[in-house]
Amino acid sequence: MKLRTSALLAGAFAFALAGAAAAQTVRVGLINTYSGPMASNGDQIEKAINLFMKSGQCKLPPGVKIEIIKRDDTGINPETAKRLAQELIVRERVQILTGVVWTPNALAIAPLATEAKVPFVIMNAGTAMITTMSPYIARTSFTLWQSSYPLGKWASNKFKTAYVAVSDFGPGHDAQEAFTKSFTEGGGKILGTVRMPPPTSDFAPFLQRVKDAKPEALFVFVPAGKSATALMKGFGDLGLGQAGIKLIGPGDIVTDEELPNMGDVPLGVISMFHYSAAGDRPANKMFVASYQKEYGPKAWPNFISVGAWDGMQAICDVVAAQNGKVDPEKTMLLLRGWKNPNSPRGPIEIDPRTRDVVQNEYIRETRKVDGVVKNVELETFPMVKDPWKEFAQK
Amino acid sequence: MDAFFSSLVSIAFHGLAYGMILYAISVGLSITMGLMGFVNLAHGVFAMAGGYVMYTLMGDLGMAWLPALALACVAVAAGSIVLERLLYSRLYTAGELEQVLFTIGLIFVAVAVARIFYGNNPLAAPLPDLLKGQTELAGRSFPTYRVMVILASAALIVVLWLGLERTRWGAMVRAAVDNRAMAQSVGIDTGKLFTLTFALGSGLAALGGALGADLMAMTPTYPFEQLVYFLIVVSLGGLGTLRGPFLGALLIGIGDTACKYWVPEFGAFFIYAATMLVLLWRPQGLLGRAA
Repeated sequence: MKLRTSALLAGAFAFALAGAAAAQTVRVGLINTYSGPMASNGDQIEKAINLFMKSGQCKLPPGVKIEIIKRDDTGINPETAKRLAQELIVRERVQILTGVVWTPNALAIAPLATEAKVPFVIMNAGTAMITTMSPYIARTSFTLWQSSYPLGKWASNKFKTAYVAVSDFGPGHDAQEAFTKSFTEGGGKILGTVRMPPPTSDFAPFLQRVKDAKPEALFVFVPAGKSATALMKGFGDLGLGQAGIKLIGPGDIVTDEELPNMGDVPLGVISMFHYSAAGDRPANKMFVASYQKEYGPKAWPNFISVGAWDGMQAICDVVAAQNGKVDPEKTMLLLRGWKNPNSPRGPIEIDPRTRDVVQNEYIRETRKVDGVVKNVELETFPMVKDPWKEFAQK
Repeated sequence: MDAFFSSLVSIAFHGLAYGMILYAISVGLSITMGLMGFVNLAHGVFAMAGGYVMYTLMGDLGMAWLPALALACVAVAAGSIVLERLLYSRLYTAGELEQVLFTIGLIFVAVAVARIFYGNNPLAAPLPDLLKGQTELAGRSFPTYRVMVILASAALIVVLWLGLERTRWGAMVRAAVDNRAMAQSVGIDTGKLFTLTFALGSGLAALGGALGADLMAMTPTYPFEQLVYFLIVVSLGGLGTLRGPFLGALLIGIGDTACKYWVPEFGAFFIYAATMLVLLWRPQGLLGRAA
């Protein structure tokens, strides 16, 4: 009897080992915002990843699988994000971390990625310095400097004065610094700067102050999603447009999925960004079509979706290249210099030196095309590297 | 000097609009606290319900703006009567801790229910075209909707004050606030009075919530997020009065707007600091009577 039991156990053990060798499952931890007032941004990541995995874009060798383990950080919440990352690394034994809408959350996770040697692919959080906080971070989204710096230069040729209003956290500070630097270098004058607490639902007091200051242009960064719509509403209600103030900013303020909720207020807004759902590249047309086929004709993907889409592509590529046996150092080596010539936003690559994304930036104007409000790309700034890191190197 | 004057006008205007909304929501809280000695922390739930019901009436049932607003208030007031009879009335004689725990629990329930039905994203009922855009007043333009909020709230306040000062119901409420035992002994049915007053307070909160959805976004966590402001308004002004919370709401509305306008980097620091100082100086509130 005893003999039989142990034989059975040994058999089971051998079977389990064989099974493990045959099916190589890579565990990926996804930290995303599923609840709270800013959950619409997390929804973009969720939808893009699900669509990507469903559409057969993730080409893995036979027997290799990716399992995504999801956690909810509930918003700008660094303590929660850190706890979740810890749990994912220690208890769930994830080999790659990804997701993360918010900069403060990414910063809280960075030291854990370093300590546990877990590659961390950032799909959204856009403050420039994040990638410098851990050698295990690579980013597939964008930095605020990438859009706001060239926008400031462009705006200094059109406007003499500008007011700067940004959300009071990492990316807002970056946007402010980048725009102010290039706008003043180009001879423009900043009439004032206001930092607004995120999340804000009523922008009237801040915008009233801008209106009273009478600038030619108002540069704004607020997080995409419902904040952008609230900002646009305030801009319209207070009549800043009628007062002759031109609204400009990174594309967050005219985020594609919220355009249908903004009415006619954003018409004429000039923004600089790496992605517009109205982009006419074939890869983008296919992406938007498959997105709307899956989630309905009223669902628009935005830049967060695209950051997650490309992030998932990068993860699949590095897992496939290693045949499912993910080694942290090898993964980072593969991520450095990773390229996707055919992203919905145009060609992108990860700078081998900074591990940050390099991509086209587009000047867009928000216009009504065939009755639909869209961000129409007018001018391309090819393969922009994060200016902040370029300045830091000099 | 001109620029400074213009900024004062801006602050006064937006502060007044915000203060009026705060008052409409908080006055019911002040009365229930003063009248029944009941700490109803879940008061914001009624304001939230007002906003959401109006959203449903307009969005799903296609009602016009004004009837939807009116019906939302009535519906919430009616719903609050059920809650008051079913739940609140059992705790009138309980201790403050029980009341606080009960009402906090009620907030959690309301947050979960709102999340199931309305999701996490902020919602607001669409405005009629008449209330969009700006109104010209003395060479300046003001957002029409906020002008309407100020005027409508001012009318409401006049009606409310006249009602409390000039009607038989008002006299009974004042009597019960002053001395409940004496009011009962002269034959006032305080139970019925409480229920009616509670419903009125809830209906006003619903009105404030629905009108103010533009300024304070409707999300499921609304009752928690705004609770601090409602409590500050009530404690700053003084419990159980009509004029106290009005003063408190104006102070908070204008103070908060001024801070956002001039020193946005401090956030709500000055509001909280001022509240602490006032309460240290007058613990019963600015217009409250010493206990």
